[in-house]
Amino acid sequence: MHADSPLSGFALALATGAVSIVDLTQTLSPDFPTIVMPPELGQSMPVRIERISHYDAAGPAWYWNNISFGEHTGTHFDAPIHWFTGRDLANNAVDTLPTAHMIAPACVIDCSRESADNGDFRLTRDMVLAWEAMHGQITSGSWVLMRTDWSQRAGAAYANLADDGPHTPGPDAEVMRFLVEERAVLGFGTETIGTDAGQGGHFQPPYPAHHYLHGAGRYGLQCLCNLDQLPPMGAMIVAAPLKIQNGSGSPLRVLALVPSSGR
Amino acid sequence: MTQPLQPPRRKNPLERTRLPLLPPAKRSRRAHDLTRAAAEGRFALHACESCGTYSYPPREACPACLSDRLVLRDAPDGGELLSATKAEVPADNYFRERAPWSVGLVRMDGGPTVLCFLNPRCRPGDLVRLQLRLDRAGQAVFYAFPAGKGQAMSERELSEDPQWRELGADPQHRRILITDGRNPVLMPLVAALHGAGAGEIIIGLSESWKPFAHRDALAAMDKVTIVPLDLTDERSVIDLARDHAAKIEILINTADYLRPGPLGGASSLNAAREAMERLYFGQLRLAEAFAPVMIARGADGDAGAAAWVNLLSIYAQVHDPAYATYSGAQAAAVALSQGLRAELAKGGVRLANVFAGPTDSEWYQTSAQPKVSQSAIAAALVDALKRGMEETYVGDTAKDLHARKQRNPKALERELAAGLEG
Repeated sequence: MHADSPLSGFALALATGAVSIVDLTQTLSPDFPTIVMPPELGQSMPVRIERISHYDAAGPAWYWNNISFGEHTGTHFDAPIHWFTGRDLANNAVDTLPTAHMIAPACVIDCSRESADNGDFRLTRDMVLAWEAMHGQITSGSWVLMRTDWSQRAGAAYANLADDGPHTPGPDAEVMRFLVEERAVLGFGTETIGTDAGQGGHFQPPYPAHHYLHGAGRYGLQCLCNLDQLPPMGAMIVAAPLKIQNGSGSPLRVLALVPSSGR
Repeated sequence: MTQPLQPPRRKNPLERTRLPLLPPAKRSRRAHDLTRAAAEGRFALHACESCGTYSYPPREACPACLSDRLVLRDAPDGGELLSATKAEVPADNYFRERAPWSVGLVRMDGGPTVLCFLNPRCRPGDLVRLQLRLDRAGQAVFYAFPAGKGQAMSERELSEDPQWRELGADPQHRRILITDGRNPVLMPLVAALHGAGAGEIIIGLSESWKPFAHRDALAAMDKVTIVPLDLTDERSVIDLARDHAAKIEILINTADYLRPGPLGGASSLNAAREAMERLYFGQLRLAEAFAPVMIARGADGDAGAAAWVNLLSIYAQVHDPAYATYSGAQAAAVALSQGLRAELAKGGVRLANVFAGPTDSEWYQTSAQPKVSQSAIAAALVDALKRGMEETYVGDTAKDLHARKQRNPKALERELAAGLEG
């Protein structure tokens, strides 16, 4: 690489640790909770891993598996085509997603204290404005990631299902409209199973994160982890979903590039 | 006199686990008519359609009138013990290991005289009752026990006889795995097994991150353990087998996934695939992980592996178009179970299929009555284990559909299709 290449400084920063890489991805495993739909509706398949061979009679020198899962399993990406509001947009599926959108800055809003004991916590426009007063305005084309530390929960506490459905924190309708229309965010990311609150189906409109994000051609990331290792501003997110033909989303590896000084 | 059956002692890890032996298995084709009766828990003999005479052993012609129109017909199960003996040094290894083995000659109320396995309380001249049972090799044999005045024996007393225990898979003192704790039969089944004196009951629970209403009630019970088990996940099944396969004598497979509907319904392909994942592939994953160990433990002392039960639907045999894809998955499960039964038989381990009609449960909400209760299914399942049956039909609907299929499968097919139109 030429010393004056724009990437040489980046390579040096990685080599020296001036920039570190944080993995925001949960392990894709069979027992990770998935979204639950009413049983008379279609269901997303959980992750399944079936062995082809393991240095055995089925393949003496090699180990490999067949895997299967729904597009919205584990840490995953939502494309605009996922929601009816985004169905007619251009380049709205994961295979036509502009590559320029796969690397973008992130603003991380820390809601971990408010969410700790409150599965019904809602992020509001006022909270975002308060965050901006401290850290500066959200720049257009940024991911907004809602940190709740929900990823540190496991199993039943993570899904947090009750008789009336899941209770997990998420944004209200007004803040989603604000982020999409007035801040032109690239997308919205959460640590929970959806970009919307667990009870988001009762909001107006229902599932406002899906409704507004995808209606405007923006994206969702969910089941993220390690958001507590990101600065409020300054991290870059690498999020490249699988190139699934006309895919509505995909599990993916989400990485954050974090400047050491920003941590 | 015999002693009440005691819980088996822990095995001595320094001793070799004995290999399972089986009693002689050869039978003629006609003798398998009796196998069929025993598999369904019936007492039946060949009867002549011309003169009505019962005959035994199975013959090609009626010994009374020489007619060849012999049919299998339910017969009176009483008789008188003519003579009794104990085989102290049998030539066959299976019987040698279990000697002395009581046998006797019984003149049946239906006419013929039969060589029976004998309860040790029987004395020559006693009135006895007979059962037609499947032995460890899956062949029909007769078992006689006292039935005279003041001599009648309870099931519990019968279970004290080791010969009787060889002819069934009584849950008493046995360790049991229930594979899908989310099946609505669970709580009645646990109660029925407890009532039958079962040992440890292990309950598989999938997706433990989802609510499970019976968790607290089960936790409060003695000898009940909940373990993670997802029949659609290969690793989950294998992991459970590593811990528990060698500690299970009876496996009760309660896998199910009922989504009623004819072909062409919304997302019927996904529902069909899920039903196959649980009913067919679920059983297959269990078979690959558990069957080899159960076969190997077919003669593991007093606590050897005894039985595998699949709880299925009558739609496995009667393919109602209103349950089109479900019927397919159920039928696949039955087809697989025959291969599994043949494997398990190598270890003398039985396989029973319990076929229930529409049940009192959510997915049968709109099905016509009569629907069968979960406790009736649980009771029938335990009964099938005790009597060593291979097939049992629970509920009026299941019995009716089964009988109609026996008479004229084509007529039944048309009748069910007409129901779809109506």
